[in-house]
Amino acid sequence: MELLRSLAITGTEEVLSVSSLILLLAAAWGGDKASRVISIAAVAVLTVCAVLTVPALTQAVMGPAASAWNGQFSGDAFAAFGKLLIYIGAAVTLIVAPAFFEREKAMRAEFPLLVLLASMGMGMMVSATDMLALYIGLELNSLAAYVLASFLRSDERSAEAGLKYFVLGSLASGILLYGISLTYGFTGSTSFAGIHGALAGTLSTGAVFGVVFVLAGLAFKVSAAPFHMWTPDVYEGAPTPVTTFFAIAPKVAALGLLMRVSLFAFGSQPGVWQQIVIFVALLSIVIGALGAIGQDNIKRLLAYSSINNVGFMLIGLACANQAGAAAMLVYLAIYVAMSVAGFVAVLMLRDADGAPVESIAAMAGLSKTRPMLALALAAVMFSLAGIPPLFGFWGKFVVFQAAVQAGLLSLAAIGIAASVIGAFYYIKVVKVMYFDEATDVVTGQSDMAQRVLLFVSVVAISPLGYLLTKSLGVLAGNAAAALFHIA
Amino acid sequence: MIGFPILSLMLLVPLVGAVACLMAGRESARMIALAVTLLDLVLGAVLWSHYQIGGPTWQFQEHASIFAGFEWKLGIDGIALLLIALTVFLMPICIGASWNAIEKRAGEYYANFLIMETLMIGVFTAQDLFLFYIMFEAGLIPMYLIIGIWGGADRIYASYKFFLYTLLGSVLMLIAMMWMVNEAGTSDIPTLMAYSFPVKAQTWLWLALFASFAVKMPMWPTHTWLPDAHVQAPTAGSVILAGVLLKMGGYGFIRFSLPMFPEASAQFAPLVWGLSMAAVVITSLIALVQHDIKKLIAYSSVAHMAIVTVGLFAFNRQGLEGSMLIMLSHGLVAGALFLAVGVIYDRLHTREIDRYGGLAINMPAYALFFMLFTMASIGLPGTSGFVGEFLSLMGIYAQSSWVALICTTGIILGAAYMLYLYRRVVFGVQKNEDAAAMPDLDKREWAMMIPLAAVVLWMGVYPETFLAPMRKDIAALDARLAQARPRGDADVQLAAMPPAAATHEHGDAMEHGEQAAHAARHEGAR
Repeated sequence: MELLRSLAITGTEEVLSVSSLILLLAAAWGGDKASRVISIAAVAVLTVCAVLTVPALTQAVMGPAASAWNGQFSGDAFAAFGKLLIYIGAAVTLIVAPAFFEREKAMRAEFPLLVLLASMGMGMMVSATDMLALYIGLELNSLAAYVLASFLRSDERSAEAGLKYFVLGSLASGILLYGISLTYGFTGSTSFAGIHGALAGTLSTGAVFGVVFVLAGLAFKVSAAPFHMWTPDVYEGAPTPVTTFFAIAPKVAALGLLMRVSLFAFGSQPGVWQQIVIFVALLSIVIGALGAIGQDNIKRLLAYSSINNVGFMLIGLACANQAGAAAMLVYLAIYVAMSVAGFVAVLMLRDADGAPVESIAAMAGLSKTRPMLALALAAVMFSLAGIPPLFGFWGKFVVFQAAVQAGLLSLAAIGIAASVIGAFYYIKVVKVMYFDEATDVVTGQSDMAQRVLLFVSVVAISPLGYLLTKSLGVLAGNAAAALFHIA
Repeated sequence: MIGFPILSLMLLVPLVGAVACLMAGRESARMIALAVTLLDLVLGAVLWSHYQIGGPTWQFQEHASIFAGFEWKLGIDGIALLLIALTVFLMPICIGASWNAIEKRAGEYYANFLIMETLMIGVFTAQDLFLFYIMFEAGLIPMYLIIGIWGGADRIYASYKFFLYTLLGSVLMLIAMMWMVNEAGTSDIPTLMAYSFPVKAQTWLWLALFASFAVKMPMWPTHTWLPDAHVQAPTAGSVILAGVLLKMGGYGFIRFSLPMFPEASAQFAPLVWGLSMAAVVITSLIALVQHDIKKLIAYSSVAHMAIVTVGLFAFNRQGLEGSMLIMLSHGLVAGALFLAVGVIYDRLHTREIDRYGGLAINMPAYALFFMLFTMASIGLPGTSGFVGEFLSLMGIYAQSSWVALICTTGIILGAAYMLYLYRRVVFGVQKNEDAAAMPDLDKREWAMMIPLAAVVLWMGVYPETFLAPMRKDIAALDARLAQARPRGDADVQLAAMPPAAATHEHGDAMEHGEQAAHAARHEGAR
């Protein structure tokens, strides 16, 4: 019975692994000609998985009822929230990718498979309640991601991105593994519940080192400063659909993992990691803002913007309470919508031959040549800057409110003041599109799927998004409650 | 009371109009914009006529819980009513001013203006702290675009400066508001206005809000974005900036800083006075040497706003009522002056004072209107400017005769720079042929000037119309401030009355003096 129950809880992982193996066989026989069919099938699989996560989220499943495989894995509302966002991000990637790769004559059947496998790994990351399950999920995701980053084999930048990602990602994994082994050595357990119990009371120095190394490794994965260096290069070099994927799914997974590790495994010693998180959050906000100012490539700019946004999300984590976690999840959901809108819009920037345009200068006067696209990008930029009435404001609002309620007034004040630096480069993009004379570079057309995705995501970040605040708050509240349900 | 949610409707109408404008061409966009702003003006008139003077404090209240964390909650008192009336009155005139001047991307232009209208009305009607903040901040986006797209040669610098200055000012306000809501347990503005925050916290909260409102107002020395923004903005942008946006700062003081933090307001009153005195003198002197007409009026705006702030922080009824009246009057007069500049700018495409001269000869009607608004700006009795400035200065005189003395120099300097401007532009010889060949006002310009002139005179001759709706609210605010009011000059004179006593009795004497002063103040209040 226990086996059946565990199998039921890990349903999405089973669907993903079985279907990716079947699709792998289809790819072996069908070859690259079948890549479009396989992509569609993969999107369908992801949709099924997304639907499967919904009950756990709305019914606020938590605690022992969600625990599977002897406490290795949890299918609670928190995991469901993370998985839902991850599967959405993966599906968006698969929808926009074929058009991009076909132009480069690089569409291969492996692409959707790698995305499916990475999604499975990320699903495990947010579900893991044991250090070993965590590491398996992380590596499953990372190995797929390294290949995805260098998917345009003939493109130097793509190959460079893949190599950089691999070397630095392995380093981070090593740091994480070292931290895990230290933690195991000083607590005698790899399960989060066991670590939680063992860390309570007085803390040995060795355990502190373990916590610090684990957090450093995870900070790498969420691309928080000072471990952010790989982000701009990888984002710029990787093919744009892959960048879209990196900006959404692994970010959600790694942040989810960071939350579960900090708040559950290390939850009995918040004082130890709270100051680290505060430092990392502020540094990410400032570096993300300052680094973006000089950029002339829109993908690099969005990379710094994601560093900046991670900083704001970490403010929610720094609160170390349930309200902070819920705020962080709300921000995460809005961040996913903003990233989808931003990267789909970037994918739609094409010149007359259909070649992608990435330089910000080439976007001059976009409001005249492609008014709707410019409007969408302007909405994304103001939203990322957190200017009301766009929905991006709400994400910042909830995390800062959580910080104020938790008494972290100076953190909130410094963080919000630093957000003004970020506003400078966001409005610079708007300035280029709206105030400058048209260069008529971006004249290419975009396909229907991209338009629909852009429309949906821009509506979500428009002021209409505020109508979602109630339901979003309830779902994030369920997820956060599951995180704090200590069995 | 009216049977339908009039405030929501007033917010919705321009928003729908904005969407329609985005899709329309130039001709139809401006017709839509005019129709929509006139419809909002009618709604505003209905609002005023149904407003019960002396009725409940908050009227036309609406409430819908459709958001998490904050509420859709609207309602107005007399103060908000007057500022809404100012907004809906100026908007059709702004559209009129843009009628021929805006040629490129007209649909987007009018859409931005209509969104501005929604947000401005939203600021004055919001009864939820966070709803207020959203409306207050959101105004940055359309104004940034208006300055940046349709502005003058140096528009990009001006738009950045406007955006970043005002954003930096208001983000700290958000943190303060969150703290307030956390402390008081509600984001309902009327409740917060009666809540007593701990005096120690008030200091910080007051400063955080001050950062925002002082930039918006703008107060010296954070005023530097204003001349740039005004000079570069298109005429209608300047009108709305001077007419309504600056009033948001004053509204913020009167709605938040003063009633919510009376003790901190008293504590910081000398700071406000100091900055205001500096502003009056410095910006007036700067205005005196300007070569650019718009810049001159922009600096004069800073000087007028400084008299508003001293009036607000005079802690008495005259000061508060005077400040409200200056805000209304300045909204009309500065708007009208920018409009007058726009009229000649449309003809000659320069704001350089030296390029004009002798306009009284070829543009007599224009000269007449310009004269009226110049006089109103100076504060000539019989125009709107006089009533407000007189009351404000009277209010501050009760607190500190020195502050009153220095601020009054603003009136003299104001007369100097405005009359000097008028002489150079309208009188004198016609030294430039092209300026001499400019035609007088056309029908459209007449239609914009006449309502403004009529209201300016009305407010000057019979201010009661504008004082009546807000009297009760000002009285309530004054009562709220009474406990914290700093001892002013009016009290000190009375305190000095007891003859010098022996040293050990001195403390007693002082106490007596204070009691006497208190008694006298109560007498005065009656």
